[in-house]
Amino acid sequence: MVKKVPIGPYHPILEEPEFFELHVEGERVVGIDITIGWSHRGIELLSEHKTWDQVPFLVERICGICSCSHPYAYVKAVEDLLGIEVPLRAQYLRAITAELERLHSHLLWTGLAGHFMGYNTVFMWTWKFREPVLDVLEAVTGNRNHYAMLKVGGVRRDIPQEEIPNVIKMLDELEKNNAMLTNAILDDPVIHARTKGVGVLPWDKCREYGALGPTARAGGYDIDARRDHPIDAYDKLDFNVILCENGDVFDKVVVRQLENFESIKIIRQALKAIEDTETGDIGVEVKEVPAGEGIGIYEAPRGEVLHYVRSDGGNMPIRHKVRAPSFNNILTNEYSVLGSTVADAGLITAAVDPCYSCTERMGFVDTRTGERKVLTEEELIKLSVEKTERIRKEISQGKRLRKS
Amino acid sequence: MSITLKALKKSPWVFHVNTGACNNCDIEILDCLTPRFDIERFGIVLVGSIRHADVLLISGPVTKNTLPRLIRLYEQAPKPIKVIVVGACGCSCGIFRDGYNIVGPVDKYLPVDAYVPGCPPKPEAIIAGVVKVLNTLG
Repeated sequence: MVKKVPIGPYHPILEEPEFFELHVEGERVVGIDITIGWSHRGIELLSEHKTWDQVPFLVERICGICSCSHPYAYVKAVEDLLGIEVPLRAQYLRAITAELERLHSHLLWTGLAGHFMGYNTVFMWTWKFREPVLDVLEAVTGNRNHYAMLKVGGVRRDIPQEEIPNVIKMLDELEKNNAMLTNAILDDPVIHARTKGVGVLPWDKCREYGALGPTARAGGYDIDARRDHPIDAYDKLDFNVILCENGDVFDKVVVRQLENFESIKIIRQALKAIEDTETGDIGVEVKEVPAGEGIGIYEAPRGEVLHYVRSDGGNMPIRHKVRAPSFNNILTNEYSVLGSTVADAGLITAAVDPCYSCTERMGFVDTRTGERKVLTEEELIKLSVEKTERIRKEISQGKRLRKS
Repeated sequence: MSITLKALKKSPWVFHVNTGACNNCDIEILDCLTPRFDIERFGIVLVGSIRHADVLLISGPVTKNTLPRLIRLYEQAPKPIKVIVVGACGCSCGIFRDGYNIVGPVDKYLPVDAYVPGCPPKPEAIIAGVVKVLNTLG
């Protein structure tokens, strides 16, 4: 008998829409169907009807959280086509905006992961620590999100001199808070029990699925577009690529938390470096875009983003192709969710940091009875929270060994 | 004022739908719940089911895929329900107006009580929008 439980297609925690259908045998997940395309807006075609200078405003609205990474890849593609070099100050300002965005994105995800596990303290803390980052972004770029900072040939706004001490102060505080948070996560026995060995995506599978960003790096797959294809100031900046070995959810948390420290390091270096450059020298004027094609690659918080543009010498791109990392990463769920329990499935599918939203639901097919049921994210989180509570109780009663 | 309306005013439960937005309105709505703004102290809670909601918060231009679901949600909602549109996309489709997969702004399909423009609106603006709707209740 086919049974469906239609409950609201949304949970407040999630963003872009996705549809997963889990195939379960009792509690075990034996398969997953993934449907995407709910928020398809036809951005590539829209972009072909906008002028070169208008497109950055469009591509930053592909994803609200990556609203510096997409324009970054796009302007690099156009600059690749033009063959121009942007002024040094603009290069560092781009790096500062992009790394601030990475900080807020990673903190956002860690908070959501905490919420999925039933740790609302983690959620509230990380989002509290994230607010100063948004304040700095507002002071530097003029908006909390959708910064409209990048343009072809440079950046649109210079960083106000009097703002730099505030940024450094924020970074100092954030570094302390992030260290506290990282230690809390690394020490917590319940988080260990919930995330270690859960949703494992090993090195060879990362390679097979083309996983990108923190999802791949957690599995030891050494890929980072900032280092592999350094653009602008990135070859002058010193940072490490964080790698883990196991590829489970725990490692995905760790990679993101440690990357925050690297981002803070990069912003500090960039702020120091712009002292040697001239104020106001933030862009070159671009008058015409000749015929040709260009490619821009940048490491967004979720992985490598690629933009390709082709020009026929007119004022609009005649082809604009966008390749976003979440597409590859979402498909890795097909492997990593296998064999896990239903309570873990929500956490695993969220661990790649996809952008979900309103139509987010999970469908169930019990392969033994053929019964079909639709679970909402709310119920999934409830299952997950119950599991955390159970583990917490077992640990307090000494049934489980405390992991060091 | 009926007792239900009076109760509604003290603790409006909000259900949030993303009809194809870019996430930014959604993370700003979520931001309202976290310590800096903390609207839960006014009894405003995001709920997981439309059947519990008093306010429907919609973000994003309506895409072809999400339109039937949006209408179904509105039909399932307990009445009276207040509809608030957050963000430029929901108000007017914004930058996606000419997209082939966009079927129009929200008010083409549902009666809208309040618009919160901005791309994305700041959390203060979202809170102000909710408060204005509550004030219309009397």
